[in-house]
Amino acid sequence: MGVIEVKELVKSYNGVRAVDGVTFSVTEGETFGFLGPNGAGKTTTINILCTLLGFDSGTAFVNGFDCVKEPLKVRSSIGLVFQEVTLDNELTAEENLKFHCYMYNMSRQLANERIDEILGVVGLADKRGTIVKKFSGGMKRRLEIARGLLHRPKVLFLDEPTLGLDPQTRTNVWDFISELKASLGTTIFMTTHYMDEAEACDRIAIIDGGKIIACESPGGLKRSLRGDTIYIKSTDDERAAVELKEKLNLSARKIGSGLSIIVESGEKFIPKIFESMETPILSVSMKRPSLEDVFIHLTGKEIREYQAVAPVRPHR
Amino acid sequence: MLSYKAIYVIVLREFKRFFRQRGRMVTTIARPLIWLVIVGSGFVNLIDVDTGANYIQFILPGIIGMTILFTSVFSTISVVWDREFGFLREMLVAPVSRVTIVFGKLISGTALSVFQGTILLAVAPVIGLNFGLSDFFLMFIFMTIVALAITSLGLFVASFLTSLEGFNVIMNFIVLPMFFLSGALYPVENLPAALQLLSYINPLCYGVDSFKHILLPGGGSLSAELPLYVDVIFILTFATVMTFLAALVFEKRK
Ligand SMILES: Nc1ncnc2c1ncn2[C@@H]1O[C@H](COP(=O)(O)OP(=O)(O)OP(=O)(O)O)[C@@H](O)[C@H]1O
Ligand SMILES: [Mg+2]
Repeated sequence: MGVIEVKELVKSYNGVRAVDGVTFSVTEGETFGFLGPNGAGKTTTINILCTLLGFDSGTAFVNGFDCVKEPLKVRSSIGLVFQEVTLDNELTAEENLKFHCYMYNMSRQLANERIDEILGVVGLADKRGTIVKKFSGGMKRRLEIARGLLHRPKVLFLDEPTLGLDPQTRTNVWDFISELKASLGTTIFMTTHYMDEAEACDRIAIIDGGKIIACESPGGLKRSLRGDTIYIKSTDDERAAVELKEKLNLSARKIGSGLSIIVESGEKFIPKIFESMETPILSVSMKRPSLEDVFIHLTGKEIREYQAVAPVRPHR
Repeated sequence: MLSYKAIYVIVLREFKRFFRQRGRMVTTIARPLIWLVIVGSGFVNLIDVDTGANYIQFILPGIIGMTILFTSVFSTISVVWDREFGFLREMLVAPVSRVTIVFGKLISGTALSVFQGTILLAVAPVIGLNFGLSDFFLMFIFMTIVALAITSLGLFVASFLTSLEGFNVIMNFIVLPMFFLSGALYPVENLPAALQLLSYINPLCYGVDSFKHILLPGGGSLSAELPLYVDVIFILTFATVMTFLAALVFEKRK
């Protein structure tokens, strides 16, 4: 049995299904990623697994404990980095971290050691005694992550942990998480908006409209596309799509301002476009399959709209 | 079931927040003094001398009750605050029972109230009340159980509320009637029968009555109205039931 076992999970808000019959299983030590557009049900699933939210039907087990019947045992074995900032603005960075340590029953000495270490990882060592209210959005985000990594949970839930971080901090955080994984065998369940982070997962579930539409290793997902993606921009996409269908028997998918088609061999195909098509072509580009393409192919959503999110709540 | 370290750190956090918000402390100490000085000295000469205590002395127990009422009830705003700003989720996802969180909030509200009530006790000798060390200890114990009762009521109500605005509206509807029906400013027996009935389900009324037992000399019309044991039984029962209900609501609500 996996560390996380979810079967036919359903959760609706006012009759609308946010999570719609999701089934998956995560094995020990695995890094499992949830990839999906805004409102796909990623956070809802995490909240259910972390016992913060009830659900309508199905089953959810974490570390062998039932999320409904044994919430305390589930919570004892997990850690969670929230998508939004949930720090206490009136406390200092150190006080926020200490609060966490004591909630997780650590000794004062252990707490101090861990706090020293983690503040270094996220580059906030010199901000230890500063009231969080005075932090920038990115600094709050860093502290939020630091806090989630303080105790060493068996299963770590990361809800878009590195969104809005500078590249340097992102690297540091991931290095630290890899170390934890290597030394403790931590299982990681994460959602992310960054394709490179998704690539690093052992397995990825692509979720849209509350349903899992694919669940495989990044390599497997890419292979499933079987070919290169060609992006075409033309003066008239509608007409170009019709032409592609009629003359080359290819169905193009409309994405943003252009068309995408998947062909077996891109290099050989590009000349054919110019030979056969009458619609003026503005640009053509080719890509070996990437996770982005898989994502676009499966959800029909362009990556740009998917990345436009503001995770940090407004200050009040 | 209870995690003491967690309770400790929840209480510590509330205290830090309280002392960092200077305005909050100034208001809660200045308000009762203003009442004592302005209301007290306004009425002091209107009332017969032969009433057991003069009017300023008479309202001190009530003003201590008021301070506990305000501090306890408004300390529970932190539940709503934490929910609104997400911090509640940090507590809810920790491996501690919901009851632990309720106890943390309960103890911090109670302790803050007792702290402020104790400061006010310094006024007793100044206005001519005979106030010894044993009275101080008695007051300390009674203030604690009264604060516990009021904080648990506040927590129970706050568990249902999701916005700070709603909190202010609802709490003001609860707090002001509770104060005016507590016997703080006039004896409850002077009220019309219907209002007296309300007074007798008001925990603060029993609290203020117990303070009058301890602080006032007794005799005359301005003194305690109920036997002390009735006060004790009512307050303790109320505190127990409310704590239980607050824990229950907290457990059920996510
Ligand atoms: N408290 C709530 N009340 C009503 N509807 C909700 C609530 N929380 C989430 N939803 C709805 O449930 C759906 C899934 O939301 P969820 O937060 O799980 O999405 P997500 O995949 O995490 O998206 P994002 O990438 O934006 O974080 C959305 O349609 C959202 O509107
Ligand atoms: Mg989300």
